[in-house]
Amino acid sequence: MLSRLQFAMATMFHFIFVPLTLGLSVLVAVMETTYVLTKKDIYLRMTKFWGKLFVINFVLGIVTGITLEFQFGTNWSRYSEYVGDIFGSLLAIEATVAFFMESTFLAAWIFGWKKLSPKMHAACIWIVAIASNISAIWIILANGWMQNPVGYVIRNGRAELDNFLEVISNPFAWGQLFHNGFAAFVVASFFIMGISAYHLLRKNEVEFFTKSFQMGMITALIFSCAVAVQGHGHAQMVAAKQPQKLAAMEALWETSDSAPMYLFLIPDEEKAENSIELMGIPGGLSFLAFNSFDAPVKGLKEWPKEDRPPVTVTFLAFRIMVGLGTLLPLLCIWGWLKRKNLTENKLYLRIMLYAIPLPYIAVWAGWAVAEVGRQPWIVYGIMKTSDAVSPIATSQVAFSFIALTTLYTLLGGVEIFLLAKFARKGPQPEKA
Amino acid sequence: MLESIWFLLWGLLWAIYFMLDGYDLGLGSVMPFLAKNEKDRKIIYNSMGPFWDGNEVWLITAGGVTFAAFPKAYAVMFSGLYTALMLLLIALIIRGVSIEFRSLVESDWARKFWDGAMVVGSFLPGLLLGVAFANIFMGIPIDAEGVFQGGLLTLLNPYGLAGGVLFVLLFAQHGCLWLAVRTTGDINERAGNLATVIWPILVAVYVAFLVLTSIYTKLLSNFLMYPALLLFLLIPIFSIVKVRTLISDRKWWKAWACSATLIVSTTLFGVIGLYPALLPSSINPAYSVTIYNGSSSQMTLKIMLTVALIMVPIIIAYQFWMHKVFATKITDEDLGY
Ligand code: HDD
Ligand code: HEM
Ligand code: HEM
Repeated sequence: MLSRLQFAMATMFHFIFVPLTLGLSVLVAVMETTYVLTKKDIYLRMTKFWGKLFVINFVLGIVTGITLEFQFGTNWSRYSEYVGDIFGSLLAIEATVAFFMESTFLAAWIFGWKKLSPKMHAACIWIVAIASNISAIWIILANGWMQNPVGYVIRNGRAELDNFLEVISNPFAWGQLFHNGFAAFVVASFFIMGISAYHLLRKNEVEFFTKSFQMGMITALIFSCAVAVQGHGHAQMVAAKQPQKLAAMEALWETSDSAPMYLFLIPDEEKAENSIELMGIPGGLSFLAFNSFDAPVKGLKEWPKEDRPPVTVTFLAFRIMVGLGTLLPLLCIWGWLKRKNLTENKLYLRIMLYAIPLPYIAVWAGWAVAEVGRQPWIVYGIMKTSDAVSPIATSQVAFSFIALTTLYTLLGGVEIFLLAKFARKGPQPEKA
Repeated sequence: MLESIWFLLWGLLWAIYFMLDGYDLGLGSVMPFLAKNEKDRKIIYNSMGPFWDGNEVWLITAGGVTFAAFPKAYAVMFSGLYTALMLLLIALIIRGVSIEFRSLVESDWARKFWDGAMVVGSFLPGLLLGVAFANIFMGIPIDAEGVFQGGLLTLLNPYGLAGGVLFVLLFAQHGCLWLAVRTTGDINERAGNLATVIWPILVAVYVAFLVLTSIYTKLLSNFLMYPALLLFLLIPIFSIVKVRTLISDRKWWKAWACSATLIVSTTLFGVIGLYPALLPSSINPAYSVTIYNGSSSQMTLKIMLTVALIMVPIIIAYQFWMHKVFATKITDEDLGY
């Protein structure tokens, strides 16, 4: 149990930094490319300012990632032994094809302002952006395999690789990947918009931040819609591959031919029913999951109690994500309609400043749906989480849990402080 | 056959990791002896700034390859050495963050804080890795189920500690030489002198370690079985002697390369001695995790080998380029003066 808490804490913490890295790397690369093409000083300053924030964020992504990789062995040794043949190889490939590129070329980018030609320098950040996203591909293929295992056989008392192509073309994983990739752009663009809004409210560097804000807004508009549309498609995949998860996401207890969807409900896990259900849309859930108002949807009671995921958490997390998935595009559309005199619209700017955390919350909620909804399985249908944990003393885990939590809390504080400091400071003054 | 190739690659990856991260871990841990003022400290941070992360990825890869090629060894090793590895992680986190964040703070106390964190975070990994590997060479108490029967204290036996000290010294010397490569003037002089001071201690510990190895471990039995392998031992012996003369000649790059050879060959010496075991059991040799009972399926090994054969040369090529372009003598301009 402690191992689970520790793992969840460590992944969530890693995942504060990951989406910003994924999205912002590409946006900074676009800025620098624009600079190389147009030679306008403002794009160089944008590259430097947002690049600095990117780097501060990146470091913690790195150091927290290492913890995760080690944790499979330290805390989930049974799991590692059982699925290492497949899962381990995906992780190792990730390190060789992506992490080396990311770390080497980011360093070249940071230290290479004077040593590399502008084109070469811009190429470096592109390599970082591409490598980051490649790393996302491999890790999500690994995670997607846990969600929807394919291409394996059970042999010698463990899962062994049988068809590598099937593993890397796992449709479930690619669904997750796109969803996640789109979400990363939403996080990054809201980050840019929020900080720009802060400065626009104070009339700092208006031209600089208007440009940044516009860039963020266009990105956010595209991807916040994309993530919602694609998320719906992904939910249908969940309905097909992991019916318990879908049932938990919607707190559906009884199997029904035309499952309704309630806009408001409160699940009661003890009694295996919902204590309040309001505003039902008849057949709504059947339609959303299978495109037909009278498709049968399995309810949670189909499975014995010990095989059901924790309903309340899955349900709430899903609601939070979808709620934000609706709210975020609306915010973008509002901004788009007012785009003529954005810088004057104080109310909107203030809302956007406080909207920075919202996509983060959506991302976390999304992972909670994916991971908690998969319980009690660690690898869906193959291995239970309780069989996966290392045979080590609880006291050891307690020690590491406390140590890591303390350390992470401190680092998180320092990180926010530094980001805020440099974000507030604004870009370097124009060259004379 | 594939298992044996992967065993060798596995050893090689760890060796490369020690060779590369060794210099910045070593330099971080001896920083207080080398830096007299703020500028010196900046130089030291700058000398490893562009490289530490690329170097650390070798550790991630070594870990990842253990997971992929020998899942059982990964599971047993990482859960067995739980506390040691958690300490290692924490140290590496602190170190990475110190390098990157120190330049972002301005106040004196904040800098001192990160400097302190840097020293601790650089010193601990060398020590822990040395202790861990020495214990693996000797055999760790794993039972038939692959469960580790012991605690952190089990690892702190004389041989384990000797391994820890050996690693710390190897890294420290390696780090001094790296700083010497990248500097001129006063600080270069100091780095060279410190390397000279470390050398005799290192030699003494090295010899002691070899003696202890023949007493505590079975590493030498492979070498005695194929006496031709004993020739391999000439490499570390030759390098350790040659390092000293190169230091005297002030040939920094060559001295550094020699020290790198020393680290790699020392690691490989241990690895060859282990073969075919990855984790010998000190309870009963039959419980050991070996390349035969611990490896992945043939298919996984084949796919991984293909990836490795394509990617590793590319990685080496661009990391080489990186060192070539960026590992120049540090100038005032680099420090932002
Ligand atoms: C969707 C993307 C994604 C997901 C689900 C994860 N990561 Fe991650 N990870 C990244 C995307 C990423 C990244 C964007 O590529 C990072 C962030 C900052 C960086 O350096 O790369 C990274 C860094 C990073 C590093 C450091 C790399 C370096 O030193 O350069 C390691 C070892 C891991 N991760 C390992 C993991 C593990 C074991 C995960 C599973 C639980 C995991 N990550 C989830
Ligand atoms: C691809 C990489 C990932 C893998 C391989 C993975 C695997 C796992 C494993 C092994 C567990 C432990 C089982 C358990 O605790 O019940 C778990 C739990 C969890 N993970 Fe992930 N995970 C990944 C990514 C993430 C990310 C990126 C997040 C979110 C930021 C996340 C959030 C969680 C949460 C919240 C739990 C706790 C669930 C619970 O305890 O009920 N995971 N995951
Ligand atoms: C209406 C909109 C949305 C729908 C219908 C939707 C649907 C889904 C579904 C069904 C899952 C579970 C996947 C699984 O079990 O593997 C999921 C996961 C996730 N969602 Fe959403 N989502 C929406 C909006 C968002 C938004 C706005 C964000 C973030 C900005 C987001 C981020 C995530 C993340 C990070 C995951 C976990 C990773 C993954 O499985 O891909 N989602 N989403």
